[in-house]
This record gives sequence, C-alpha cells and structure tokens, in this order.
Amino acid sequence: MAFSKNTSRRFVEKIITKNIRPEGEPPDLKAYEKAGGYQALRKALGMDPKAITELVKASNLRGRGGAGFLTGQKWSFVPVGKDAPHPKYLVANADEMEPGTFKDRLLLEGDPHQLIEGMIIAARALEADVAYIFLRGEYTLAAQRVRRAIAESYARGYLSKNILGSGYSLEMYLHISAGRYMCGEETGLLNALEGKRANPRTKPPFPQISGLWGKPTIVQNVETLANLPHIIQNGAEWFKGLSPGQSGGSKLYGASGKVRQPGLWELPMGTPIREILEEYAGGMRDGVKFRGLLPGGASTDFLVEEHLDVRMDFDDVHKAGSRMGTGTMIILDDKTCPVGMVRNLEHFFAQESCGWCTPCWSGLPWAEQTLTAIEEGRGEAHDLEILAHITRWVAPGNTFCALAPGAAEPLQSALKYFREDFERHIKEKRCPWR
Amino acid sequence: MAIEKVTVYIEKKPYKVKPHQSMLQACLSLGFDVPFFCWHPAMGSVGACRQCAVKLYTSERDERGRLVMSCLWPAIEGTRISIQDPEAVAFRANVIEGLMLNHPHDCPVCDEGGECHLQDMTVMTGHDYRRTRFAKRTFHNQYLGPFLNHEMNRCIQCYRCVRFYREYAGGNDFNAFAIRNLVYFGRQQDGVLENEFAGNLVEVCPTGVFTDKTLKQHYTRKWDLTMAPSICVHCGLGCNITAGERYGMLRRILNRYNSEVNGYFLCDRGRYGYEFVNNEERVRKPLLRRAGQTGVISKDAVINHCAGLFSKDDQVIGIGSPRASLEANFALRTMVGPDHFFTGMSDDESRLISAMLKVLREGPARTPSLQDIEHSDAILILGEDVTNVAPRMALSLRQSVRQQPLQLAEKLRIPLFLDHAVRELLQDAKGPLFIATPAATRLDDVATATYRAAPEDLARLGFAIAHALDARAPHVPDLSEEVRALAERISHALRDAQHPLVVSGPSCGSEAIIQAAANVARGLCTTGHPAGLSFIMPECNSFGLSLMGGKMLNAAFQTVEEGATDSVIILENDLYRRAPAPVVDTFLNTARHVVVLDYLANRTTAKAELVLPTGTFAETDGTLINNEGRAQRSFAVFPPGENIQESWRWLRDMMVIAGRREENSWQTLDELLTAMATTLPALARALEAAPPAAFRMAGAKLPRAPQRYSGRTAILANINVSEPRPPDDPDTPLSFTMEGYPAQAPAAVTPFFWSGGWNSIQATLKYQEEVNGPLRGGDAGVRLVEPAQPNNGSYFMIVPPAFEPRTGEWLLVPLHHIFGSEELSRSAPAVLELAPQAYVALNPDDALQLGVQTGKEITVDLAGTRYRLPVKIRLELPKGVAGLPAGVPPLEGISLPGWSKLSAGQ
Repeated sequence: MAFSKNTSRRFVEKIITKNIRPEGEPPDLKAYEKAGGYQALRKALGMDPKAITELVKASNLRGRGGAGFLTGQKWSFVPVGKDAPHPKYLVANADEMEPGTFKDRLLLEGDPHQLIEGMIIAARALEADVAYIFLRGEYTLAAQRVRRAIAESYARGYLSKNILGSGYSLEMYLHISAGRYMCGEETGLLNALEGKRANPRTKPPFPQISGLWGKPTIVQNVETLANLPHIIQNGAEWFKGLSPGQSGGSKLYGASGKVRQPGLWELPMGTPIREILEEYAGGMRDGVKFRGLLPGGASTDFLVEEHLDVRMDFDDVHKAGSRMGTGTMIILDDKTCPVGMVRNLEHFFAQESCGWCTPCWSGLPWAEQTLTAIEEGRGEAHDLEILAHITRWVAPGNTFCALAPGAAEPLQSALKYFREDFERHIKEKRCPWR
Repeated sequence: MAIEKVTVYIEKKPYKVKPHQSMLQACLSLGFDVPFFCWHPAMGSVGACRQCAVKLYTSERDERGRLVMSCLWPAIEGTRISIQDPEAVAFRANVIEGLMLNHPHDCPVCDEGGECHLQDMTVMTGHDYRRTRFAKRTFHNQYLGPFLNHEMNRCIQCYRCVRFYREYAGGNDFNAFAIRNLVYFGRQQDGVLENEFAGNLVEVCPTGVFTDKTLKQHYTRKWDLTMAPSICVHCGLGCNITAGERYGMLRRILNRYNSEVNGYFLCDRGRYGYEFVNNEERVRKPLLRRAGQTGVISKDAVINHCAGLFSKDDQVIGIGSPRASLEANFALRTMVGPDHFFTGMSDDESRLISAMLKVLREGPARTPSLQDIEHSDAILILGEDVTNVAPRMALSLRQSVRQQPLQLAEKLRIPLFLDHAVRELLQDAKGPLFIATPAATRLDDVATATYRAAPEDLARLGFAIAHALDARAPHVPDLSEEVRALAERISHALRDAQHPLVVSGPSCGSEAIIQAAANVARGLCTTGHPAGLSFIMPECNSFGLSLMGGKMLNAAFQTVEEGATDSVIILENDLYRRAPAPVVDTFLNTARHVVVLDYLANRTTAKAELVLPTGTFAETDGTLINNEGRAQRSFAVFPPGENIQESWRWLRDMMVIAGRREENSWQTLDELLTAMATTLPALARALEAAPPAAFRMAGAKLPRAPQRYSGRTAILANINVSEPRPPDDPDTPLSFTMEGYPAQAPAAVTPFFWSGGWNSIQATLKYQEEVNGPLRGGDAGVRLVEPAQPNNGSYFMIVPPAFEPRTGEWLLVPLHHIFGSEELSRSAPAVLELAPQAYVALNPDDALQLGVQTGKEITVDLAGTRYRLPVKIRLELPKGVAGLPAGVPPLEGISLPGWSKLSAGQ
C-alpha cells in the first residue's frame, strides 16, 4: 500500500490512523488496548444509549461513505426503548468498490479493532443485537485481520452476552461479499446479506425502520465507525475543532493517477485540494500536466484547474459542482485521453448496473457503446447529444437508486470540460492520444 | 365502513379518490392513460420500469414540479400531478426508447403482436424513431415444457414474470439471472416449469417473451379470434375464461377477470385443458350401432329412431352428469321424470356432495368467494390437496397467509401497494394455515403446520378442533397428546383471526371429514367468530347437479338389473369413471337400448346403441354452479357443427317426436330456463346469471368478433363470392360475427377485453369500475345458496374411531393430480404430456415391509380387479395408508378410499 510518510510537512494530528503502520501488522488486541483501545467502549457502556446518539449528533459527524449524511440524525430514526422491534442490526459497509477508492482498506487492514470498537459503540447506541461487517470479497488480507480481531474481542468479552458486565449483548459476524458494486449501496447490501439479488430497495421505508430481514438497521461506512471511539473519548467539541471547515473531524484523502506520490493521508476535514495534491501527493509527475480530477471516486463530477483551491469538504465541493464522495481523488493528466477514461468508467458502471430500472440498465450500456464508438473513431455528430441526453435521463429521481446518477457525473462533466476532445475524436475519426 | 376519499389534483383539476393506493392506480381508475410495465394490478408497485413517471407539484404555487413514479407515490390529500407535462411526456417516451434499444421489433412474427402491451405503450408514449445504431443483445431461449414458448430477446426487464412466478405463485424453478441489460428470466437450465400457474406468464409478460405454446400450433391473432365469455369446465371453481375460436377450431383460453372469482389468474389446467375440444376423438356425427356394426346416420333419422326406442317412456331412465350444464341435466330430468333421473355421480361422491350441500344450506358458515378466501387470515384445510383439485383456490390461499403479517406494514405506515417494501418487511412471516391431508401438498411450504394421517384421523383432528372451540361439540376420545395439542393450537389460531376459513371437500371420500369441517365452522360461528366454509366440488357443475337432485347411480344399475327398465339415456358422462368397469359393463350390456349424448368418444359411447354428438362448452351455452354456489352462464364461442347440437336440444327433439307438447315451447335457452325456474325454485335465480337472449344494446346484439376481424365478408370468397348469412344465435344476446354494438356490455356477456389503445389483456382495466374492483355494472354470477336464517342446525355428534393399520392390507386413498386426474383435460395433448402413469404410493417403511422399492411393480386387488402398478415412495404417507392417482387409467372407476391387499409377487 502506498502510504506516504508526511513527516516533512506541518504537524497534523492523526486520529483514526494513529495505530496504523502501513508496512507492518495491525495492532493486536493487547497492543490496541495499550494504545488506549476499548476505553471508549467502557465509557460508552456506562452511558445511556440515547446520550451516545446525542453526543454523535453534537459532533456533527457526517457519513464518510460518500453521501455525507449526519450520522447522529440517521441513528435517531431507529426505534429504541422497550417497544422497539428486535433483533436490530448494525452493518459496517466495508464493500469498498468505488473505482479509485481504497481508504477503508487501510482502516480494515491497519486497525481492525478500532472498527470493532466503533461498531460496538454504535450498536450500543442503537440497542442493536447483531452486527455485520460486509466486506468486499477481494479484500482477503482485511478479512484475515478482521476475523482475527473479532475472535480476540469475543475472547476478551467485548462481544457476546453481557459485555463487560453491562447487561448489553452483541453478536458480530464478518460477511464476505460475493462481489458487485451494487452491494455497496446500503439497501442492495441488505438484500445481498439476506442472500438475494443485490437490487436496491424502495425508500421509504428506510432501513432504520425496515432494514435487514425487515428489522431496524443502520448501515454505516467503515471510516465513519472508526471515528466513534475518538468522539466518545474526546467529546464533540474536540472533534469539531479538528478541522477548519464545517463538517468537523479528520478525513482520509487519497490521490491516484500520474502524481508523484499517489497515496492516502489523514488530514483535517476541509483541506484544500491544492494542498493535498501538491504537498501530499507531490504534484504532477514530470512531463505531464494536470487537466482535471474526480474528487471522490469514479461517480463524482470532474473538477478542473479553477477548482484547485476548493476545500475538500462536503458542502464546498458541492458548491464547486461536484461531490466530495469518498475523498479519494483520481487525477487526469494531459497524456491521458479523457474520452478513454470516461469510457472505461462507463464500462464499469454499465457492467455493474443491477438491471432493475430502465434508465440505468438501458442508458448506461448505451452510453458505453456510444463512448466506445467515439474512442474507436466511429463517432457520429449526434453522439454527444445522445450522451448528454443519457446523463439527463438518468438524473437523480429518474432512476431507482444513485448508481446511474453517479455514473452520469464524470460523463456530464467531461462533456462540459473536455468537449473539444470529444469533438476531435468524432471529427478526426480516431483517438488523438493513440 | 366507507373509506373517506381524498382529493388529488390531476392537470389542476380536483378528483375524489380512495386513499391507500398509488397515484398510478388512482389515475388508471379515473380513466387516465398512464403507461406502465412493472406495475400489475394484483402485484402492486416496485418502481422498476420508470414508465409511469408524472410531474409532482408540492403546492398550488409550485410551477416547476419534479418527476416521480406515479406507482410509488401515494394518493394522499392534496397530491398534485400532471400527466401531460412536457417533461413527463418526454421522459416516458425516452423510457420506451430505452426499452426498444434491444427489443427485436419482430412484431410481424411475434405471437404477442396485436395484443402486446409494449406495442400499446409505445404508441401511447409517441416514441417512434430509433436513435441508436448498435447491435442488439441476444439470448438463448429455453425449453420450458408444453405450455410456454420462451423468446428472451424480446424481454424488456420489467420483472413481472419473476415476481409472479416466485413471489405470487410460490414457484422456485424460475429466476432472474445476471445483470445490466443482460438480465435473463428463465430456469437454471431447460426444463418443464414446475409451477401450476406458469401459464399466467402469457398474460403477465407485457410482450412476447412468454407466449402460449398450444396457441402457436394453430395460431391466430387476437383480432381474428371470435371470442366468448365462457366458464372453465376443468374443476368446480368456475373460473371465468375467454375462449377464442377461428375456422371452427378453439384456439386458446385467456383469463376473463371476475373480481369475486378468478381475478387476473387461471391455473394451467384451466388454460391448457381446452384442446379436448379439437380432439380427433370428438363425436361429430350421430352414430347408430346395430349388431356390432356402426354407421353414421342423419339428424332426422336419429330422432325417428329415438321415437321408436322410447315409446313407453316410463321404462326409460336418464343418467345426468356433473360436467353437463343445468340446462342439459334439466332437459333429461324433464324427459325421464324426476323418479327416473339419476345424477350420474358415483354413489360415494353423491353422498358426500349432498352432505356438503346440506351443511351449506343449514349454515351458519357461508361459502366464501375466491376473493374472500384471499382475504381470510387463518385457514384450516381438512383433507384436500387444493392445488391438485381446485388449483386456482390454492393461489388465493397462498396470498391469504400474508393477511396477518400485513398488519405490521400498516402499523409502520408502509403503503401496502409498495409490494417489495412490504415483502422486505414481512420476509417469511406467514399467518396461520394448517393443512391436514393424507399426503404432502403444494401449499405445505406456506403452512404453519401440517398433519399427515388417514381420513378417519383427519376427521378426528377436525372434531377435536371443534370441541376445543365449543365444548358442545363432541369430545374426541383416545386422542394422542400431540394431536390434542395441535387441535388446541389450531382452534386458537382460528379464534384469534378476523376472517377464519375452513376448506374441505370430498377428496378423501370421507363424510366424517365433511362433518368435522362443518363442526369447526359451526364452532367458530356460534362462538362469535364468523367463519367461511369452502367445500371443494369435484366437477364444474357438481354443485348444480346436487341442487337439482337425482337418484344414486347404483340404483340405476339396479333398475336395469331387476328389469324394471331396459332403456337408458346417458348425458355427457363416461360411466367408466363413476363405477368399476365390471359393474358398468354389466349395466350397459343388460340394458336393451343405450343412448349416449356426449362430445368425446369414450368407453361408454363405445357401448351405446346410439351416440348423439353434443357440443362442448365452446359450442354450447349453459349455466354451471361453482363450489361457492354461484350460478354462471357460459357462452358458446362458435356454433356447433352441422350434426352437433346442444344436449338439451337433442332431448327436446326426442320429447317433441314422442308427442310431448309442452317441451315444444323450448325453442330457446331462455324458455328452457324459465321452465326450470318454475319446476325447481331452488334454481330459479340461475335465470339471472346473464341477460336474456332478447337483451340489446342500442338495439343491437353484442359482437363475439372484434371490430378488426379480417375478411369478414371475404372469408369464403374462394368458394362463393356471395356473402354467407351469419350464423344465428337465438339463445344469447351475442352475435357470432363482428356485427353489433361494440361498447362495454354487462360482465356476463362481455366476450373480450379490448379498448382504444389497449389491445392487450391489460385492457381489463378499462372494464373495471376501479382497478381491482368489479367489472362495470357488477361481476357476473348469482349466488344460489345462503345459510339459513336463523340458524338452528346442530353439531355432528358421531366421531369416527381412530384409524387402525391392518396387516397385509392397506387403506388406499386417492392422490389427485392437476394434470391427469381430470377427465376432459386428459384429452388435451399438452396436459396429458404432464400427467402421471398409474402407480401406487407407499411410505418407505411399508415398502420395506413389502420388500419393494421405487419403480418396482406390485399387485393391487381392488373391487374384484387385479392391477400391477409401479411403486412410488412418498415419505409422508401415514403407516398403513397407500395412495393411488385419482382419475388415471386404468384406475378411473375405482371408488376410494378402500382396503386392498398389496403384494410384491404376481
């Protein structure tokens, strides 16, 4: 794993990566406890479950999976108390399949106990009975390490019946996905976990009311959960103070593409793009020029030169016309064909369409076919019109879930920022980069 | 209790609609054309196809609005939508464009063409130009058995098929495979679809992926079919069907919606059994058999011959039939007189059906319609393998187990029309359904508990449940603790329900079971839990014939044997299916004159002196009474051939030639029905089952053929350019041609569903008062039996002793088969292909004791006949009980249950 050491740069407090040694083994239970691990759990077990939710609400913690929904608010829709239905479920969404995104992998491989502790805290707040880690199938090393960590936690009494004498019980299971991008969508994930096709579900009802096996369920991204022990230990104000921006806390940012040092860094939420690119990723490689970037995975709109001073925070990136998504950037340079790049992405999205709603299963393969034709020199004049039409056709609300609208984002922004490149392909009947 | 309606605004105009429905359903009920694919009126909304998009406005001031799927949006007070908004119109056309990217556009060679919902929706949205130039994806098509063609390239991925097959009908050998635009709907590998309702895919599929394989063998477009409102004859439920004909051949059966009876679905026996009508074994000309010689004679000669036969009519007896109409049976009864009229059911069956009828007349429980059954929330099935004897009812029962769990969705305010949201919430939760039968049934997968026992023990369980409900019902002595606990459990489940239901019937041949079921229903009703009691009837008019009444078949045999009579008229009845062959042989050989009226050649017609060809349901009109006690008129779809006439007309002609003046007035069906109403007041209201022949709309008859029927005047032009006179139909308000008033007629005389822009079966919507409501003007059919008020019946007090297995002997019980047990559909090649050969079913212990295994032949001695039958192992059969397939040759005439020696040797 490329994990740049940022010793040369200004001091940045590491929170969720503090125990992680990229080249080494993750801390085992003993090491994790020695570093202060499971103290937050002890504290949380002494708290009223509602107080945990209130604290998380106060911290303003936003979901790190891409949508940035307020975590505490999400939890507040789960029925609690003696009339609540049981069993209730907590699911860690570790099905990291977004192209260009590899941040959860670091947390899973590097500090599995932190995730488990965060999950027990969240489960406690929700009065959940069972927790699942839904892990991407290809993350075999993570699977080994998480499995070992769960076993250690069971042996130590952090899981199972009457945890640390608190009267609270929780079972935790690792589920390894059979693999589909759709499984990362929370309701598709729930269907997959139930052994069904990973088609998304109608919302409402939301999983908080009717989730896994029809019971109240919270699905939460790995990075979000990893923050919980620290919020419990240090409080909401501390968490908010970690970043200059609105969202609070730290964030794992990544960069891939032709930068000098591709990698992943934990930085204050709201660090400007330019700082990440130039100070941490080391700028562009020699001989290539920056043309644009996808700020948070394949399903976000391109940003270009003029946006480099935008802060990487949910609202700031949104204002710039894209989404922060997972916060792991893919950088496009001038030696790479933007049409080819988008075609590759649309191939992925078309391939991963679950086949449920018409605009997605029909529109995305059509976009892929059209992009392929353009890239291979078979483009026609009206093709750009058709591509633009498809991106509007699969707009949010027109489709059943967010897959196709996400797929439209790199395409619609590429048509905006790199239009002349598309036109050259069609005019010259070839790819100028080949 | 009336549900308060809400006001919604469509194109800014207010409409009062029912709440708790989707806006799509509300729009369709109001008559708006909103296109859709994945939504199905019986299966609700899932939001997959995105075809029904409309503009939603948050308030009166909202001018922009946003697109929503009308199938997912609830009709709540103040909802404002526009169907005509240009953005919504364009979006819907774009959805069709998306569906058409890969659709093969092979309409001219597609069986769905002309009644294709995809065609209709394409025209409705206005999409007409293909903007893509890329190759279409292609699929492998599967062999799915004798009923369905599979043409996957036409698929538009609406998921209706898989939702119907798996979620609605409970099948599991069919699924959606793969992803993106390559989703494949089929089986894991080629093979016969296992579900008994698979044929509904023909209508559920909005395009030509699943089409009727039997229709393909004699294909005709919908617009070239002459169609009639008929009633299915393949079991006692009386499902409403549309029969389609061209050139004197019955081409296919489609479901005909009736909200009270079959709703939108048929079983495969009902859909595919029709080909007996076209069978080569049909009797098409009068046959006279003398001294071993058989000859065809003319219609007039037949009548004259009969005049000679029956000069002294006190010597003639008549044997009726539960598969013949009320009219036919009544004509025979009139001819021979009530004292010489025999029902033609086996004595055992006759006794059982009389017992059921008596219970239903006395009450207090009422017979439910299939719709009522679907809404029952706790069910006890006593002695019936419903899927195999009254298949469509099993589909209703499969829905009824959802009734109790649905309350949870209501509690969480999840709209019930959101089908998948509700299924995801409920998961496998099922309401109480208890099945007590000798062998496993196809509904066991949704049962709360099953109980496998011999008929006596099933009855004892029923009696014990009744006793647990009401101590006045008899106590059951010597019951095991296990069975007592089960009875207790069932009694609680039934008592705790809002709409408990007891289903029973004659299949086990046990009157005790019927009495036990009656006791359970009485126990519920008299303790303040109004229950439904549904008795399954074996044939399409068993109920009607029983209401008419008649003597037992053995008495007929005796009359001849004793020489009290020497002439017999047998109406549409193969006696070899009613009594053991030696008995029937003796009877037919002893009688001097045997006249048989029937449409299929069988062993009985083979022994007749005179065979008179009669019309099947497709060629004759008549009234049938279903198991609910609902009289329904079935109409001919084409006139009978030259030498064929309705049974009642043959009989009338015979009476007239014999000099009986009164019956000379029976010129039309209505006149006969009027006579029947006078003679048999219990059947008087059968007259009301459909409008009389004189009924007209705008002064015109109602056309059986659609407006677009091709070549109406040119059809015989190669023979004669003079246009032939259209065939007369003096018996009904329907014409056999396209002439007539084309608008919606009363439900009983609606020959087909077809509306401007709605050419497919989805046009049903246009005939309903509201989606899923009755057809406009009320659904067809008249209930003839209601429980007596006040009720003063009493419990049956005799509890049978427990079943005792015997050494060396087995109690043989009938095992029913949807394909194979019913007489007429056995003459439909597609159905026969799926019928089993005769066998004997044993449990493994008994097989071990006999030293036999699967497939090995053993000897069965029954009613004086010895059979060699291969063994089938049925794990669940009780010890000492063996099963034989009902109605399967050579076992048709055997009355079961009965004891028999079984032996491995010759």
